[in-house]
Parts: sequence; structure tokens; C-alpha cells
Amino acid sequence: MMTQWQALEVLARKRGGQVVITTMSAAGIWPKLSDSPLDFHYIPSAMGHATDVGLGLALAHPKRGVIVLNGDGCMLMNLGGLVTLAHQNANVVLIILDNGLYEVTGGQPTAGTGRVHFADLSRAAGIRRIFTFETLESWQAGVDEVLSDPGPAVVWLKVEGRLGQKTPQPPKLMRQQIERLQKALGIG
Amino acid sequence: MINGPELVAALKQCGVSHAIWIPDTTLGAWEEALSGPEGLPLIRVCREGEAFGVAAGLILGGKKPVILIQCTGLFEAGDALRNVVHDMHLPIFMVVGVRSYLAYRDGATMDSCPVFTEPIMRAWQIPYVVLDERHTAADLAEAYVQIQAEKRAGAVLLAE
Repeated sequence: MMTQWQALEVLARKRGGQVVITTMSAAGIWPKLSDSPLDFHYIPSAMGHATDVGLGLALAHPKRGVIVLNGDGCMLMNLGGLVTLAHQNANVVLIILDNGLYEVTGGQPTAGTGRVHFADLSRAAGIRRIFTFETLESWQAGVDEVLSDPGPAVVWLKVEGRLGQKTPQPPKLMRQQIERLQKALGIG
Repeated sequence: MINGPELVAALKQCGVSHAIWIPDTTLGAWEEALSGPEGLPLIRVCREGEAFGVAAGLILGGKKPVILIQCTGLFEAGDALRNVVHDMHLPIFMVVGVRSYLAYRDGATMDSCPVFTEPIMRAWQIPYVVLDERHTAADLAEAYVQIQAEKRAGAVLLAE
């Protein structure tokens, strides 16, 4: 199994011109690996809705595409979002960082820890490009294929859970993030 | 009551780019017009909270969506609404069908939907107007234009 830091480090090296949306645990790590105006840290958030925000952005900018860094807890709160994503056939790469925990609340297990199969759920929802990586080596070897075609795609990454984490704070205020992102997208 | 073709024409005239929805009995009558060749890009979501997230992404991306849902779904979507309106400060426009509003006005229903819809809108600090059978698509468009001009969120409550 890999750490979240290792998993995101691999992505940061390979990410192109896509918008990257982070939430929860990933939002605490990604700003240490990337400071692009196309990074959007969805904090404060409505838990579970990063996928939806990514879908909307991808529909607005289909050629650019969007990468959403979601947690397993967030994913479980909005499984219907997988169906909507598949139906819209939008250019979203949804990365599920599965540590089996609600990490920022003290490390409590989710309702489905150890039993939920996010790849099967995604397939049943209608997603066709689905990837599962359980080791750092396999993720390093597979990331290029993941990013080689447009979404929708779901990437299920099994990562180590961490205890003692606090709710991450975004490096910039929401208003500043929106202004920066929209400027990078040529809006306004 | 507003019919589908009139609704679509009014929304398009306002520059609305996408309709995000889960229909109820009344809104569902707009399906043919919304999804037809003269309609709007129609985004069908599974739960109303999704609608607010998708709308947020579209607005961040420079588009002008409208959300079409029933009040029951609005109740479910509270946290998503709170986040998009009060954390992100995005000018979301929503049309919310209020189930049993007309019957409640006449004292002819036990449905609790009309009891709570307007207090909830006030609690979430969403300005709204109520449109009933006397109103037209032009009234809905007027509400949209005003909300866009003021760069804030707002709602039309559709009396059902």
C-alpha cells in the first residue's frame, strides 16, 4: 500500500493542463506538491460534492478536463454522482483515495470499510474506464495510461490511513481561489 | 401555469446555458421542451444536492445554469445549497416546485411541504418569489434577470 503523499506525488509529476479539485485529506497534501492556478481546493465544502463541482467544470471546459481528488468517505456520501458522471460522459478523472477512514474526524471507519468495491460500483454506474492500484509501483506504472484518454474515468487508489489529522485549511480563501481559477480559464 | 416551450424560450432569452434537474409532477411536463431539439443542455442528476455542486462547477467555468427541483429535494440538499451560496457566494438560480401549495392555501391538504418551504428559504437567506397559476414565463425570466443583475442567489417557488 502507498501513502497519500506518495500517491499524489506521482500525479503531480504527470498532471497536465487539467483543473485539479481537491477535498478533505488531499487538500492538505496537494498544495505542498502543486501551486497551479488550475488547482481548486474545495474547502469549505459540502462533503461529497467535489465530484459534482468537477463535473460542472468539465462540462464547461470539456477539452481541458478535470481531475477530482476525492476520499472514500466523500465518495460514499454521493454514490449517485457516479451515475450522473457516467451519463454525462464528461471529461473527469475521479481519483478515489481510499484509506477506509474518516481521517479528518479522528480516523473512524466508514460504513463500508474493507467491503466496498469502488471499481465494481463505478462499473455498475456505467463508467467504462476504471483503474485500481494497490501499490505505489503499479500506480507509477499505470498513471500515464490513466491520463492518456479523456474521462470519465475512475481511479481507485488504496492508500494508508493516517491518525491525528486535522481538517485541512485551503492555502487561499475561496474568493481568491475562484478569481485565480477563472482568470486561468479565461473567464471574466 | 407556465408551459415547457414558453419556459425554454424565456430561459434561452436570459442566456441560461444548462438546466439541471430532477422533475416532479409539475416540472416533468417541461421534459419534452427541455430535452427537445430547441431545448437546453439538460443535466439529469440523481439527488438534488448534486444539482447544486454541478451548478457551482458550471458557474466557475463561466456558464449560466438553472436548477429545477421540487421542494422535497430542496430539503434534502440543504448543505450543498449552504456551501454554494454562502461559502462560494455563487449566483445560483433555482426553480423549486412547492408540492401542495395551492391546496394548502385553500386549507385542503395535510401535506407539510408548504408549511416548511418558505421558512427554509428564509433560513438559508435565499431571496425568492412565488409564482402561481396567474404567472407566466416572463415573470420567471424577470426574477432571473433581477438575480443575475444583483449577482446573488435567488429562487422562484412554483406553486403546485
